[in-house]
Amino acid sequence: MIPRTSYIQLIFLLLGALVLLFIVAPLAGMFLSTTPAQVFETAREAEVRDSIWLTIYTSLAGTLFFSVAAIPLAYLLARKQFPLKRIVTGIIDLPVVIPHSAAGIALLGFVSRDSVLGQMGSAVGLNFVGHPAGIAIAMAFVSIPYLINAARDGFSGVPVRLEKAARTLGASPQRVFFTISLPLAWRNIVSGLILMFARGMSEFGAVIVVAYHPMITPVLIYERFGAFGLKYARPVSVLFILISLALFIGLRWMAKEKKGGSEVAR
Amino acid sequence: MLELRKISKRFADFSLKEVSFTVERGDYFILLGESGAGKSMVLETIAGLVAPDSGSIFLDKKDVTTEKIQDRKAGLVFQDHAVFPHMTVGENIAYSLHGLKLTKEEKKEKVRAIAIELGIGDLLLRMPGTLSGGELQRVALGRTLIQQPQILLLDEPLSSLDTRLKGDLRRLLRSIHRKGQTILHVTHDYEEALSLGTHIAVIDKGTIIQSGTPSEVFHHPGSEFVAHFIGIRNFFAVSLVTENQITFAYTFNKIPVRIVTEAKEGDGFILIRGEDILLSAVPVETSATNNFPGTVVEIVPNSGGVDVTIDAGIELQARITRESLEKLGLKAGGTCWVHFKATAVKYIPR
Repeated sequence: MIPRTSYIQLIFLLLGALVLLFIVAPLAGMFLSTTPAQVFETAREAEVRDSIWLTIYTSLAGTLFFSVAAIPLAYLLARKQFPLKRIVTGIIDLPVVIPHSAAGIALLGFVSRDSVLGQMGSAVGLNFVGHPAGIAIAMAFVSIPYLINAARDGFSGVPVRLEKAARTLGASPQRVFFTISLPLAWRNIVSGLILMFARGMSEFGAVIVVAYHPMITPVLIYERFGAFGLKYARPVSVLFILISLALFIGLRWMAKEKKGGSEVAR
Repeated sequence: MLELRKISKRFADFSLKEVSFTVERGDYFILLGESGAGKSMVLETIAGLVAPDSGSIFLDKKDVTTEKIQDRKAGLVFQDHAVFPHMTVGENIAYSLHGLKLTKEEKKEKVRAIAIELGIGDLLLRMPGTLSGGELQRVALGRTLIQQPQILLLDEPLSSLDTRLKGDLRRLLRSIHRKGQTILHVTHDYEEALSLGTHIAVIDKGTIIQSGTPSEVFHHPGSEFVAHFIGIRNFFAVSLVTENQITFAYTFNKIPVRIVTEAKEGDGFILIRGEDILLSAVPVETSATNNFPGTVVEIVPNSGGVDVTIDAGIELQARITRESLEKLGLKAGGTCWVHFKATAVKYIPR
């Protein structure tokens, strides 16, 4: 017997299809109005290649640098109860909800030469404004909630009794963290790292305020659109989307392959 | 060997109250109590996972109350094994060997030896997700025993196993104990306690209410809770009164039960085994001096026959065969007579 589909399911299906179309149509339109030759031509431009490379490595550097502190923070949030925990959780989500241009303005004040951080940077010959280090900070600022939240979910899913068992087997708290908690939460952490990296790469608003130059690809796309129009902005957009997709599909595939037998029984 | 002195710990909805007991070297000590009685909490306190609010814990005459968890010589096996799911069986067993001055080969040999002893020598390369409950329990045991703990703490180790595996693991635990391992085992199953324990302590609502050898606890239950908990249903608080040289135990609702005792008048408990109670459909003349009419409340089958609960002013439980049940035609709600001899009533003074 064929199961009957109710009207409500049909309506949901229709609405869902509309949402999918809403996402796919503009992208498909852009891809269809760009020829492979145009994309190839764009890929040969040094300015484009440099900007894509800059975008990838600044986002990667920001992700890795901040993960050193973000992952332990996620562990604390998952395991400990402390006063004002809800406020701390709210603060972590703040970069997601504030306008990113405003975040850029805030960051500019934080890293400019007059600031403490700026002066510390100047002391070692580093000026964050207009520098890849400043770009990495801006990218990390807007994308770090994704890593913290994913890692916190991962640590929450690790049964506390496994950590307790490790302690009774003579392990110090540090050894428990590195041999039990971290490996068992690793899938979520990698997922968070990939999300943070991806979100960092696509950031425009905060980065453009802190560093118009050197130009990351989202800024380059904006500049080409402003200076030459839609036609000239399309090929670099398509190229950047293709590279981003290839990168994230590859990373996700690698994470899945590495997972192996480390599935946590929950 | 292990001594708990007045350990107290308050939680939001539960507390341990001045828990004290001593486990001697070579004991198989059972802590018996219902779910939520505080048994696991006592084990976690000994292992150092929970810090007591007051009291002290001595292990081999050394005060370990504030000792770091990893420095205590108490090995805890969790109720649900808590085997690390991302490590092989071999890696799990070898976990506690980290930091010891042993070569890789020596560690491998130690792991192999203990795995063979526990009957899991062929599982060393397997991942825990592929093992049965019984195998996981053995991995958890091996992982703890390899540290050579002064005391092995077992939290309901048989509760998640089926009957056949329970038998296997009981034999294994007995053999571990015979080799000289001191064990503190918590359970809610009094049969498990009888079958394994050399000493038993009964815990209820965070307090130890009785302790002693299995025979002391089971033959002289110190309270109604202990008696009910260990399966003795006909257990009543009474006042002993002698009238015309005949001794009666009056229950709380003044039902007089004839008993034979040399005890003086006063308060105590009486205990009647279900097997010693006779039932009849009509009043009959027997040597029993306790004869009461009653109403059948409930008939529950058990492995040997049926338990019939009769309300005869006090609720009595008789254990009879299925044949007798059919012969008497007893049904819930029906009436019958209850008979038991005065000599079948055991009196325990308070």
